Amino acid sequence: MSEVDRRIAEWRSAVERGRAVSASDLDELEAHLRDQMTDLVAAGLDDDEAFLIAVKRLGRIDRITAEFAREHGDRLWRQLVLPGVDGVPDGSPGGRRSLATALAFAVLAAVVVQAARLVGDVPDRPAPWFWRNLGLMVLPVLAGYFAVRHRIRPRRALGLLAPIVVLGVAANLYTYPDGAGTAVLVAIHLPVALWFVVCVGYLAGDARSPLRRMDAVRFTGEWLVYYALIALGGGVLMGLTVAVLTPIAPHADEQVVAWVAFSGAAGAVVVAAWLVEVKKSVIENLAPVLAAVFTPLFAAMLLVAVAGYLVAGVGGDFDRDLVTVFDVLLLVVLGLLLYGLSARDAGRPVGTMDVVRLVAVLAAALLDALVLGSMLTRVGQLGPTANRVAALGLNVLLMVDLLVTGYLALRRWRDHPDRVQRWQMALLPAFGGWAAVVVLALPPAFA
Amino acid sequence: MRVDLDKDLVAAMATPLVLTILAAERSYGYAIMARVRELSGGEVEWTDGMLYPLLHRLERFGYVRAEWGASPQGRRRRYYEITPAGTAQLAVQRRQWDTATRTLAGLWSPAGAPAWSR
Repeated sequence: MSEVDRRIAEWRSAVERGRAVSASDLDELEAHLRDQMTDLVAAGLDDDEAFLIAVKRLGRIDRITAEFAREHGDRLWRQLVLPGVDGVPDGSPGGRRSLATALAFAVLAAVVVQAARLVGDVPDRPAPWFWRNLGLMVLPVLAGYFAVRHRIRPRRALGLLAPIVVLGVAANLYTYPDGAGTAVLVAIHLPVALWFVVCVGYLAGDARSPLRRMDAVRFTGEWLVYYALIALGGGVLMGLTVAVLTPIAPHADEQVVAWVAFSGAAGAVVVAAWLVEVKKSVIENLAPVLAAVFTPLFAAMLLVAVAGYLVAGVGGDFDRDLVTVFDVLLLVVLGLLLYGLSARDAGRPVGTMDVVRLVAVLAAALLDALVLGSMLTRVGQLGPTANRVAALGLNVLLMVDLLVTGYLALRRWRDHPDRVQRWQMALLPAFGGWAAVVVLALPPAFA
Repeated sequence: MRVDLDKDLVAAMATPLVLTILAAERSYGYAIMARVRELSGGEVEWTDGMLYPLLHRLERFGYVRAEWGASPQGRRRRYYEITPAGTAQLAVQRRQWDTATRTLAGLWSPAGAPAWSR
């Protein structure tokens, strides 16, 4: 391949990335490019100069893509359904080969889960380790998918593998007595810690810059949306399958759940990740839209809750479930804040939505203060348990996060969204780190 | 002196311009572009890439028909040809442009009176 052909190929792949331009459109554009170059070379330019001028005349790639997208908006949908068919080249995120890779990893995840299910005798007499290790069966496969997808170099891939191995070994090293709190804690925190590894894989090992971290946060939100949608569809499919099969095979439901639902739930982890990548840049992201819808509602709910608890008084008798509920609530608020900020136009002045976000953050901080107060009282009276330490750590992190966010928002009113986002991204690894600490340190400490 | 045409004006001109060129003969993107440059003496500057979405739009409206062919050098090339609907559309656009230019020319003529009424 000559130098010029190589550069044209590079240009083609840059245009392809927008995915609104089909292969046959690209052929047409390339023919134009080459005609132009032929004329320019005939006029005395060398190949390189001719290429540069011809590309420049053709126009900025993003503009061309946008213009094609306007004319061919329907393509963006069709490509999702028929990758590799409508001129979507193999190897691009929407290509047939990338679908094949994703499906291969999805099958792998399903096989791993099924093998573990058979060994662990799930769902008849489930072995206790099965649920605890569910994340360990599926998420490393997803990390592996990204390693292959992004062609991560072996050394970086080892950097992904090492924490997975350490977390996996640690989660299974200790024996958990029946009904031990630590078993549940590990079951919750292991997938969280592993998800951070997956995110590093998603970023192709480059998780240092705050902007890239924000990509991982967006990916997480989109993934959740897709997974929930797939789960909804899968649930309908399972329900109908069982309803159809029950008259002829009375115990069909157990078999269907054991084989199809488990496999589907495992495979969907990879498929959802693939969908996020395929649809990226094509359609307005969903997570920020959901965040915009729910931020005011959650802000109102938090205000009511704060007012209610301040009036009713809490004292030291939050029970454990309630603390969990509050933790989940605060994490959701944090998520709404992040996705709201992620879609925010950096240059826009502070508006109503920012005020709503600030209200939500301050209300959440107040609620968190209540939770923290009640928990410190419990730890003081009853001594630390694994559960209390885990919850306390998370709440301290959340408290620091919310307080600094509130401070930045109030103090630096003019440019706060940007600063808040940077602060959130700086703190992000701490949440993954805490999840890892819970998995690694709490079981031996409270054995 | 070179006159840079306003972006909106170029966009508005694009359809009649392309249809007119195709009404003369069947052609392909690069040649259409070259003809536009030649006709306007280089004063209508288009970003080449924008021509193709326009051609595809005209195809969707049924004003032009496209088919793949080959250049004399054997390169793949997409040729466009005007349809009867395109010819009719061109006539409509031509009347609109005539009206617009006549009106402005009348206002801008030295006497300030419409030229065609004198």
